[in-house]
Amino acid sequence: MGEPLLSARDLATRLFTDSGTVQAVDGVSLNVGHGEAVALVGESGCGKSMTALSLMRLVRPPGRIVSGEVIFEGRNLLSLSDREMRAVRGGRLAMVFQDPMTFLNPLMRVGEQIVEAVLLHQYLERGKARMAALEALERVGIAAAGNVIDYFPHQLSGGMRQRVLIAMAISSKPALLIADEPTTALDVTIQAQIMRLLAELRRELSTSMLLITHDLGLVAEYCDRVYVMYAGKIVEEGDVCSIFARPRHPYTRALLRSTLSPDKRVEMLESIEGQPPNLITPPSGCRFHPRCVEKLSRCSVEPPPDFAIAPGARARCWLYEEAGCAAAP
Amino acid sequence: MAATHVPAEPTWWRIFSRNRGSVVGALILGALFALAVLAPIFLRFEPSRINVGPSMSPPSLTHPMGTDELGRDVFSRATAGLRVSLTVGFGAATVSTLLGVLVGGLAGFFGRGTDAVLMRLTEVFQVIPRFFLAVLLVAFFGASILNILATIAVLSWPEIARLVRGEFLSLRSRQFVDAARVAGASRMSLIFVEILPNALGPVVVNATLMVGQAMLLEAGLSYLGLGDPTKASLGQMLQEAQQIMRSAWWTTAFPGLLIFLCVLSLNLVGDGLTDILNPRSRER
Amino acid sequence: MPATSLLIYVGGRLVQAVPILFIIILINFGLIHAAPGDPVDFLIGATEATPEYIESLRREFGLDQPLWVQLVTYLGKIAQFDLGYSLRFREPVLSLILGRMPATLLLMGTALLLSSLVGVLLGVIAARRPYSAGDYAATFVSLAGYSMPVFWLGQIMLIVFALQLAWFPTQGMYSLRAPSQGWGRVLDAAHHLVLPALTYSFYHLALIYRLTRVKMQEVMALDFVTTARAKGVAEGRVIYRHALPNAILPVVTVVGLNFGFMLAGSVLTETVFAWPGMGRLLYEAIGARDYPVLMGLFTVLSVMVICANVVTDVVYALIDPRVVYR
Repeated sequence: MGEPLLSARDLATRLFTDSGTVQAVDGVSLNVGHGEAVALVGESGCGKSMTALSLMRLVRPPGRIVSGEVIFEGRNLLSLSDREMRAVRGGRLAMVFQDPMTFLNPLMRVGEQIVEAVLLHQYLERGKARMAALEALERVGIAAAGNVIDYFPHQLSGGMRQRVLIAMAISSKPALLIADEPTTALDVTIQAQIMRLLAELRRELSTSMLLITHDLGLVAEYCDRVYVMYAGKIVEEGDVCSIFARPRHPYTRALLRSTLSPDKRVEMLESIEGQPPNLITPPSGCRFHPRCVEKLSRCSVEPPPDFAIAPGARARCWLYEEAGCAAAP
Repeated sequence: MAATHVPAEPTWWRIFSRNRGSVVGALILGALFALAVLAPIFLRFEPSRINVGPSMSPPSLTHPMGTDELGRDVFSRATAGLRVSLTVGFGAATVSTLLGVLVGGLAGFFGRGTDAVLMRLTEVFQVIPRFFLAVLLVAFFGASILNILATIAVLSWPEIARLVRGEFLSLRSRQFVDAARVAGASRMSLIFVEILPNALGPVVVNATLMVGQAMLLEAGLSYLGLGDPTKASLGQMLQEAQQIMRSAWWTTAFPGLLIFLCVLSLNLVGDGLTDILNPRSRER
Repeated sequence: MPATSLLIYVGGRLVQAVPILFIIILINFGLIHAAPGDPVDFLIGATEATPEYIESLRREFGLDQPLWVQLVTYLGKIAQFDLGYSLRFREPVLSLILGRMPATLLLMGTALLLSSLVGVLLGVIAARRPYSAGDYAATFVSLAGYSMPVFWLGQIMLIVFALQLAWFPTQGMYSLRAPSQGWGRVLDAAHHLVLPALTYSFYHLALIYRLTRVKMQEVMALDFVTTARAKGVAEGRVIYRHALPNAILPVVTVVGLNFGFMLAGSVLTETVFAWPGMGRLLYEAIGARDYPVLMGLFTVLSVMVICANVVTDVVYALIDPRVVYR
């Protein structure tokens, strides 16, 4: 497999608010290899969106990346100058967001917004850039791209707007596409279309993908590997098959127990007890312990490190102390 | 990413006092009120008596704000004018608020016919320049304190009515109103007990700012010569000062300063009230 | 933006203005008859008039006819642009007012333009650095700016800059000894324009500054700004090309709504500096109780406000495509 395309080590981002410091991303390490589709899964508020923003260095005050490194194509993004980072963003490293209505500038034509992206990363003159934008629109499956290119966002449907956002992101053929809940704001039928589009684009352009989502169904269908996140930390890592067949971390297990699948009846659903933790004053020891049904006495005292259980499978849980060697947490 | 604990609801005083500007504003306003109310007790000179001192003399111990060309004590006249300004300002704001709340509430609650009429009315008032209509009304009906107050009130209430109506419209479809209705509350009770208290927040803020606007309007009218000739008014003093201010800067500086401080303090207080009464703007 | 839809939009707005025009005329008419006193007095003003003139007015306006006939007569006159005659100024009201209009437009136009540009610029700068010392200072100054009666500010400016420092003339638009044409004349007018324009701008600048600052802060927190940054757009372009057009929409609306108020400010400023515009005319007419001129001014000024509102709407539609493209 060689060097991963993206490798984040001990990434930590904090929000400095009036009520206290929120440890939104607390020592997250993850990799995305070439051509891979990796999922980052978790409940709302667990820090997955903040992780994505941190990878792109889009964190704004009162948030700040406080430590760690993000190696992308051999360079540490966190040590680049603003100008260098801007050359990377939208070019080799692109992002697609959740709600296409609010993420598009309502006063700018759709084509203009794509052309802007193209001009920033490719040395083309205006006419050629417009053609590149047209091509991008066609590639994301918009018929009559020649008309749509001059539309304003409010003239398009939700699904089309999301395609526009995707077109913007892939216009410069990125090596890695980060998709933050790209289908959450869309109708169920459109969701499937968009996900298939993303899969197709990945194949065509050999782009890797980091999919941020809370929808396990999407993960099962479209991703190769999974990171499970809880309260600002990665609690489990593994490939898609083993995560679903043999979930290791109690949180992952609880998550799977609470979601529907064809062979489960509704009565078998269990919700996870308790509330997501307060990230200003997180629980002592393992952050999941107040809601964990398998906890040991040790869990409330010491935070567990990341244990390697099998190649490519890790879990941050005291249950696996003997099973694997502890890696750096 | 967000914390899930909820901080305790701060009391209104706490919020208000956090905004230092509002506290300063409130203090200034209080001082001005005190000045206006108590001054007659301590005054040595009558506001309209001429030749109580040398004509056009600068501020001194006997005449803290100097004298004008007719030898009148500026301080006495200014405090009298301050009384007029405060009366007109608060009076007009109160009347127009009451009127506006009444009409706006009814329109917002009953909707349909009353609402359509009200909206037309407020639109008209929005387009027609208020100041010039005020000039016209006062010129035609005579310049007395009452007329001026009434004119300002009549020109201001549509704005409040519109605001109240908006609040009523958004509030009347909220669940707590349905709950009260289901529990058997009468229509009047729904209006006055359930909805109105919640709608009052922005109204109070608006009313505070309106006092300042009314004062500026009154001062402007007096400056142009449409003030009540029987009473000293700050705007009128500025008009009189126009000719003599070259040699007597105090005849314009002090009266104008009083108007300025009134409006400034009201705006400061209004800003502070916004923080309390408009929870949406509280996030900083 | 297709020109036809824009034209339709403008046309629609103009049509909406007609009923308001009617109401304005109605107000004038109503005042003549509702105010205490003989309607004729309001058609003459407080000047001396010969009995023959009074008689002719009675006949002209049909003052012994039923009210609705009088209204029709009155409307007819307005339709012919006859706003009455001023005995004091010895001129038809309309031409008197129109003669003073350019001076007012010059003052207002210059001041509004300058204060809008500066206000927006300062607002944008302030939005990027909230809660700094400069921000608090600017906020306070702007608050003072719109709490101040404009005529008081004018008088203070006069005293300080024209009388004490003698940097600027104290009144009027031209000096008595000014050249009668050419650049010298223009410069002279400009010199006279400075103080009134500055005074008058203060309020507007404060308003625009506060509003732009707030709106920019709101807009900069919106999602599409993140998208722009995610594309790699430089911060300057994010601010001026993406955020500002969105933030400026409510500012345009407010400026439009405030136009009536701005006119009032202009009137008061002209009075302080004896600037020969419509404002000064209003002051003189009030002093002379010249009702025809007062009513005429009210009508003309209201029409100006209506026009300003239409212009504002058009500007808004030009920036925001959602208005015309449904």
